[in-house]
Amino acid sequence: MTPDLVDALGRIVGPRWVRHRPAELATYAADGLPTHESTPGVVVLPQDTDEVAGVLRLLHLLQVPFVARGAGTGLSGGALAERAAVLLTLTRMNRILTIDAAARRAVVQPGVINAKLSEAVAPLGLHYVPDPSSQSACTIGGNVAENAGGPHCLKYGVTTNHVTALQVVLPDGRLMRLGSPQGESWGPDLVGLFVGSEGMFGIAVEITVRLEPIPRMIRTIFADFMALRAASEAVSAIIASGVVPAALEMMDQSCVRAVEASIYATGARTDSAAVLLVELDGSPEAVAADSAVVEQLLRTHSAREVKSATTAAERGRLWQGRKKAFGALGRIAPDLAVQDAVVPRSVLPAILDRIAEIRDRLGLQISNVFHAGDGNLHPCISFDRRDPGQSERVQQASREIMEACLAAGGSITGEHGVGSDKMEYMPKAFDPPSLDMMCEVRRVFDPDARANPGKVFPLHTCREWRHGGVA
Amino acid sequence: MSEAVFDRLRTLLGPEGVERGPHGLPRAVPESDDALALVCQAAQQEGWRLRVEGRASWLAPDAPADFALSTRGIDRMVRVSPDDLIATVQAGMQLDVLRAALQTHRLWLALDPPGRPDRTIGSVVATGTAGPLRQGYGPVRDHVLGCTVATADGRLVDAGGRVVKNVAGYDLTKLHVGGFGGFGVITELHLRLRAQPATDLTLVVRGGRHALSGAGYRAVLAQIGFASLELLSPALAALPEWILAARLVGTADGVETEATRLQSESGVGWERLSPERALAFWSLVARAPLGGAVSIRLGALLDGIDDATDLVAELLDDGLVSAGLGSGMIRWAGDASTDALRALRRRAAEREVPVTLERAPWATRRAVGHFGAYREGVGQLVGRLRETFDPKGLIAVALEGSA
Repeated sequence: MTPDLVDALGRIVGPRWVRHRPAELATYAADGLPTHESTPGVVVLPQDTDEVAGVLRLLHLLQVPFVARGAGTGLSGGALAERAAVLLTLTRMNRILTIDAAARRAVVQPGVINAKLSEAVAPLGLHYVPDPSSQSACTIGGNVAENAGGPHCLKYGVTTNHVTALQVVLPDGRLMRLGSPQGESWGPDLVGLFVGSEGMFGIAVEITVRLEPIPRMIRTIFADFMALRAASEAVSAIIASGVVPAALEMMDQSCVRAVEASIYATGARTDSAAVLLVELDGSPEAVAADSAVVEQLLRTHSAREVKSATTAAERGRLWQGRKKAFGALGRIAPDLAVQDAVVPRSVLPAILDRIAEIRDRLGLQISNVFHAGDGNLHPCISFDRRDPGQSERVQQASREIMEACLAAGGSITGEHGVGSDKMEYMPKAFDPPSLDMMCEVRRVFDPDARANPGKVFPLHTCREWRHGGVA
Repeated sequence: MSEAVFDRLRTLLGPEGVERGPHGLPRAVPESDDALALVCQAAQQEGWRLRVEGRASWLAPDAPADFALSTRGIDRMVRVSPDDLIATVQAGMQLDVLRAALQTHRLWLALDPPGRPDRTIGSVVATGTAGPLRQGYGPVRDHVLGCTVATADGRLVDAGGRVVKNVAGYDLTKLHVGGFGGFGVITELHLRLRAQPATDLTLVVRGGRHALSGAGYRAVLAQIGFASLELLSPALAALPEWILAARLVGTADGVETEATRLQSESGVGWERLSPERALAFWSLVARAPLGGAVSIRLGALLDGIDDATDLVAELLDDGLVSAGLGSGMIRWAGDASTDALRALRRRAAEREVPVTLERAPWATRRAVGHFGAYREGVGQLVGRLRETFDPKGLIAVALEGSA
């Protein structure tokens, strides 16, 4: 990066909000994905929409690529920037701009931390539903870029279902408003298109989100099983019953053991092959009625122990193992690769068997903690990146798991995004015309392909590249 | 011209694949998505303008074109996965046929769009027309996991997938749901299903509009788990008074407890409809918009529904009106001039309420557009997206209108 660019950026955001020294840049060399690193050329921290637009106009003039970043908790390497790119970190844009309780909407800046929004609106009896595991740190801007999910998305949908309008800055610095407060699109659904575009269409600077009433009653049911397959079949039976749980989560034995060996221990029995958490919410009467159905189904499917809780403290204890699973797994080895894939629910038992086979054959430790209700797997591979052989086997296992999920009719990612991590699988998930179309749509928003370059699509899959252009 | 088009289409599809539509216009009825894509390629080569039709029961088949491209020939259920609650269907499948097929598996597509029961699922998705169930199950886009689309130049493109959660690549499905066919011809859809509810109860109460909307608002604040909560005008319900209709679905005990709460929280006396009367009632609600030549929908916030309904009554009329008191989606049908529709759009825009023209004769669609004028800069984006899917602008569709 030239000193001139650093100075010009400083004139827009103030010199103290431009980071360019190696020690400063090291902070931004990775996100939540341990297998990829890349150091940006410069980091800028704009404080408002005008500064974001000013920075993007400047970069457009100079034809410099850029990457937007929130809290850096992403798990697909989506917020990594190369040396030639400017990284815009949006954590200073952390204000909740408006809360309209009567209309059940809030307008927030992209750097607002997910959990902070729910905290802010809790006194009004409202909450923001998408709850990724990193919700105490991740930003809503990052959630929009990745279309983040979370345990409670089973009943309430993922980020795209909760964003009704956006103000965005396009890669050339133009500001644009998309969507409407209610959510009915004002034209084609460009909000739906923008959410999940992994920062490649521009930067969302104002996000209008739905707020939902905090359910009057929440009941969390814990069940443990001596066979993984029985737990999987219980999941299918619950979904088929017509009861729609708010969340339906599963942990396998390896995961339960990691939790119980940590400070997050919940007292779960470590000989359990699998643990299910089912959360029901609604009116007390409806929750009671649905709980009876669910508990019966769990017992019918050979659950060894079924217990439930309704107070916040007791529910918190039941959830603790699930919520802290990634932290507990982090104790097993220096590094943890959290994978993300989706399969049709009916193949969960078969795919879990396949993951076990891959684990045993490659001599790796793989733990499964996942959103069973929507078939969203998170195989967690514990490893030591200093051991090249082990790192290679982690890549091999990831590849085989992705291929198995695709072969089962699933997807390579349910909520983490493609980013840098999963580009190689995109040609396996989509045929060339479909990939071409995505590249073409990207060019409508970003003709120069400067926004988060080198992500999502392997270069050779874009028709423009094949025809001699630049992707 | 018409003969040349007819002959070329016959060459491509065989004699069974082409017929004469109104005024002798050739109508291509391909029986596979590959054949449909071939027709698009031919149209692209020849520069023929085409209009896309399903059963032609919702949008009038009157857009000027060199030929009609019907999805009636691609009408199969490709796959249904009861354990996964997912079905893959071809776009020309009729809604009533789809519902019946799902019923045999005890599955349910929680969509009750306006129009005839034999509308195609492709039409419902392309026009984004949800009905009262939008309250409990979301807009049409929430039911579509993925789709295959033939672009106007004949490329078959997949978007999304057939799992309930998926963020691989851009979500192009969103562009096609409610895109009125402006971004290609939907040929296949992956749909999200529900288990058929054990209990499905409809309750109604009659009265003045404001009293009923007040009761509905109280029930919404009480967090009753509605599948639908719809306020219907007297003309629409074919009754002398406004009617508020609630639909509760789920387990028998769950529905019963919610029905009891509804009685106490809303402060009005509800009448339960028998299953037969409920079926007839919701069927009437779905068909009612066909009573006018024009149908529009507005999206209002929870506390703006009354005001938006007043605006519709002031600038159009309060004839065929239904308002989702929890969803904020208001539908009006009737006869309206282009000036009145433009005035409504203008006044609604001041309230941040979009007005989408769902159904109208071509002259009105052409003049007013499905969406009308876009906000600054958005029109250029939409135009370029259109070019991406339809490089020569051959699909006869009026997204923006002429003024």
